[in-house]
Amino acid sequence: MHSRMTLATARRVMQQLLHDHRTLALLFVAPCVLLGLLAWIYADTPGMFDRLGPPLLGIFPFVVMFLTTSITTLRERSSGTLERLLAMPIGKLDIIMGYALAFGTVGIVQAIIASMLALRVYGLDVAGPEWFLVVVALVDALLGMSLGLFVSAFARTEFQAVQFLPAFILPQFLLCGLIVPVAQLPHVLERVANVLPLTYAVQAMQEISLHVSISHTAYRDVGVVLLFVLAAIVLGATTLRRQTK
Amino acid sequence: MHVAINAVGVGVLKDSLPILHDLTFGVEPFAITGLIGPSGSGKTTLMRSIIGVQQLTKGDLTVLDKPAGHPSLRARIGYVTQSPAIYDDLTVEQNMRYFASIVGAPSQIKSVLDQVHLTHQARQIAGSLSGGERARVSLAVALLGDPQLLVLDEPTVGLDPVLRKHLWELFAELTTKGKTVLVSSHVMDEAERCKNILLLRDGQLLHQGSRQALLSQTHTDSVEDAFLQLVEEHTNA
Repeated sequence: MHSRMTLATARRVMQQLLHDHRTLALLFVAPCVLLGLLAWIYADTPGMFDRLGPPLLGIFPFVVMFLTTSITTLRERSSGTLERLLAMPIGKLDIIMGYALAFGTVGIVQAIIASMLALRVYGLDVAGPEWFLVVVALVDALLGMSLGLFVSAFARTEFQAVQFLPAFILPQFLLCGLIVPVAQLPHVLERVANVLPLTYAVQAMQEISLHVSISHTAYRDVGVVLLFVLAAIVLGATTLRRQTK
Repeated sequence: MHVAINAVGVGVLKDSLPILHDLTFGVEPFAITGLIGPSGSGKTTLMRSIIGVQQLTKGDLTVLDKPAGHPSLRARIGYVTQSPAIYDDLTVEQNMRYFASIVGAPSQIKSVLDQVHLTHQARQIAGSLSGGERARVSLAVALLGDPQLLVLDEPTVGLDPVLRKHLWELFAELTTKGKTVLVSSHVMDEAERCKNILLLRDGQLLHQGSRQALLSQTHTDSVEDAFLQLVEEHTNA
């Protein structure tokens, strides 16, 4: 891996985003608006926003990053630029890490804006340290990014890539413990939930909202999500083939 | 270097359909070789094989003394695909800067843009340019880093004749600077500008060698007539 090429790729992806104002708006504004809506929905139901706010603070960036990344990478594949890059002296990991760096930076900004807004303006109240909330939101955004990178290899068109949202993300959303606590799920579903990354992402957020100090479970959850991120990045790199049959 | 590209019995099957049949040929270094044939004849597949992104089903393909696809070749070959492989949402300059940083040639951006007559469009978004201009951005990217071999898939299609003439002059100039140029085209007229010709039809080579030899062997005075005659001989045989 060459840091020069990784940085050049990250800068190029950032430049593409800066030219695309609508996507930028989607990245930064959508999670904020959705959290605001949630706060409003529970305005007359005390305690509910504090319970649901943190998990959704992780889920919204996750979904938005998943969509943006899968479509951006797919566009790179279909425009022929990926084939050109793979015929040039650049490593596959340089490309993937460049993407990860660019979208990771976006993820950090997004996580900070959304968390600050939720805590300061929407009145979200968590027991644990606020900075950890931002860290988990960032890790969730990275999870969305890496999964998006990975699944884009299995879509041929942007239309198909969007279909991965209901196929790949919604089941995780239903099973992650937000609707029914994982421990109360039927046995088989509980087992399924325990191998899905979003379950850990949501659990980490729930831990922060309940405990004053960062629990071991929360640390473990963040670690598990990061392992998923790493695995998806490595698998994503293997889907970049220099040769076709 | 005897030959820039050497192919022995190269064959490619796609979905068990033969695309290239048993091709054996050599490409002369420091000259323009035209890969001429109608669309669907296998030109792009052959070029992708030379670049190393297409897996061969059989045969041996040596490019600049290395097996095709060898990692060391990636810095030595400039490849232009048929549809421009550039970032439409970036400016021409941003495109150039990115690709230049990969091949480590940021100082060449200006001269390369000048070579393809795009200096004035440097600040424009690539997607807002005309098809011919986008094709030239793609060509400019391939020229970065002084590659020894240029593989150009239909680089002059749809261009204004003045510009096309300029590009052919540029290719000729590159060969005097020690570069080998392989250009594909489905327009037989373009072959007139090539020193050597690989004539491809249905994945088979009808001719390889100098254009002069092709014309004298077939007793014709244009590549198009020579092509027609070779096809006729081939079907009768």
